[in-house]
Amino acid sequence: MRNVWIICRKELGSYFVSPIAYLLLTMFAVIFGFFFWNALGYFVLMGMESQMRGQMFPMNLNEEVIRPLLSNVSVVGLFFIPMITMRLFAEEKRTGTIELLATSPIRDLEIILGKWCAAMILYACLLLFTALNFAFLFRYGNPDWKPLAIGYLGLLLQAGGLLAIGTFISTLTKNQIIAGAATFGVCLLLWVLEWVSGYETATWARVLSYMSVITHFESFAKGVLDVKDAIFYLTVIFVGLFFTSRSMESLRWRS
Amino acid sequence: MIKVKDLTKRYARTIAVDQISFEVEKGQIVGFLGPNGAGKTTTMRMLTCFLPPTSGSATVAGFDVLEQPLEVKKRIGYLPETPPLYPEMETADYLTFVGRIKGLSGSELNKRVDFVCERCAVADVKKRILGKLSKGYRQRVGLAQAIIHNPDVLILDEPTAGLDPKQINETRDLIKSLAGDHTIVLSTHILPEVEQTCQQVIIINRGKLVATDSVQNLQSRAGGAESVLVEVAGRNGNLDWSVVQKRLEQLRGVSRVHYKTSHANRNIFEVESQKGFVRGDLARAVVEAGWDLNELRPAAMSLEEIFLQLTGSEASVGPREVVAKGAD
Repeated sequence: MRNVWIICRKELGSYFVSPIAYLLLTMFAVIFGFFFWNALGYFVLMGMESQMRGQMFPMNLNEEVIRPLLSNVSVVGLFFIPMITMRLFAEEKRTGTIELLATSPIRDLEIILGKWCAAMILYACLLLFTALNFAFLFRYGNPDWKPLAIGYLGLLLQAGGLLAIGTFISTLTKNQIIAGAATFGVCLLLWVLEWVSGYETATWARVLSYMSVITHFESFAKGVLDVKDAIFYLTVIFVGLFFTSRSMESLRWRS
Repeated sequence: MIKVKDLTKRYARTIAVDQISFEVEKGQIVGFLGPNGAGKTTTMRMLTCFLPPTSGSATVAGFDVLEQPLEVKKRIGYLPETPPLYPEMETADYLTFVGRIKGLSGSELNKRVDFVCERCAVADVKKRILGKLSKGYRQRVGLAQAIIHNPDVLILDEPTAGLDPKQINETRDLIKSLAGDHTIVLSTHILPEVEQTCQQVIIINRGKLVATDSVQNLQSRAGGAESVLVEVAGRNGNLDWSVVQKRLEQLRGVSRVHYKTSHANRNIFEVESQKGFVRGDLARAVVEAGWDLNELRPAAMSLEEIFLQLTGSEASVGPREVVAKGAD
């Protein structure tokens, strides 16, 4: 556990010493801020219209603002995840520092978990910026915090899975660009797999759409904690990290 | 301290290391000598548990590299060919990080960081970014990280490669000064480096063990014949080199004189002699014949020749001036 934390701290150090972390945070904050502004503008317009029509039933902030925004975050996250994970192992392999880690008295699993945790923490920092925007809703409105919390849990689980896959891909190459591009491709594929469910209901289509990371986010966005979906994400995390450790081991046998 | 038995590393098509066996006693400095691509780095990587051997065994301080890698790693300090530095870190932070993953903590860690900084003369760059250090400093920080946890065994892969002559000397002195506390294995393809720093030599070529011996024995085995480079000039600038060659060949003890003309008007001869010291006779002969003796120096034995002699191949290859063939 101690070693995991040492590695994690070192990774966080290199994220925040270099411009990577600040670049990602800024880009994410701007993009999400734009989404939030739009969603809010639309919400206000709808509110005024329904008032003019004399409809008095209450509008729901959770349904109309938070839910679509959380879905947006989950999609935008797909684009940011490759940028977080691409350097994790690829850079160590390129500079040769992997040799230092591999000849130190720490286990491969501790290295992998440390790096993955650092990636998770950086992603959680991105989410903090969205929380800043949502804080305005709580200041001026009265949304329910529980669905929002479950939404965040879903985002973290989904990102955890994709970050684990990205970590695995990063062990396969010395080249960060290749690691980033491949991770981006896989993330994108895992997103669009869901589209087949739109026109096909055969078993293969159901399987494909089940494998999509977006399918499993819907319940979280609604604020419903579905154990099946949580287990799906946990499985992806486990499989991703398992492959990473296999890949690290084979690195030694091959290199 | 280190016991290696029939260690083999096989890749898909090639055998990088082929059944080598040797032992290293505690407190010794051992030179691991061989041309580029001989299998030095692969052997060292197997000793440090970075690569698993295909067959055979290696134990460090009594622990097997395959069975108990964590115990081995605790007792080994390793400096790979390129120092494993994180370019964005400061020197002190980097050493602290390495100390932590090697199992140090608290005040002991701080003490060790200060100690290795002093020891490896990097205290003045503690707050500098590693990526901006000069090659010499990077190498010394690399050494500092290798000794931070006070390991029993130090494994250094070409510790002087790419340094300038002054830095090479400093690094060699540093390594020698570390010998008291640590058993050191260092690899190199530069023969004088072994002569200057090591007590024992292990020579490998194409993955096979060629010789393990003490430095003195190796020199005497390789020695016997001596060869000298002589530069001769005529008084008025004209000189018939064949006359000089004949004259030198007549000297007692000289077995062969080879004329290697080099650039502009310089006449350089390689004189090979059987056992014995012929330099005095050579000088006298040249001067008495009325020529100028511009230079007289022993030609160093190249690593390649020692290989050839040790492997029993033809030893008739002329001595080379450059010792470190392919030193990059």
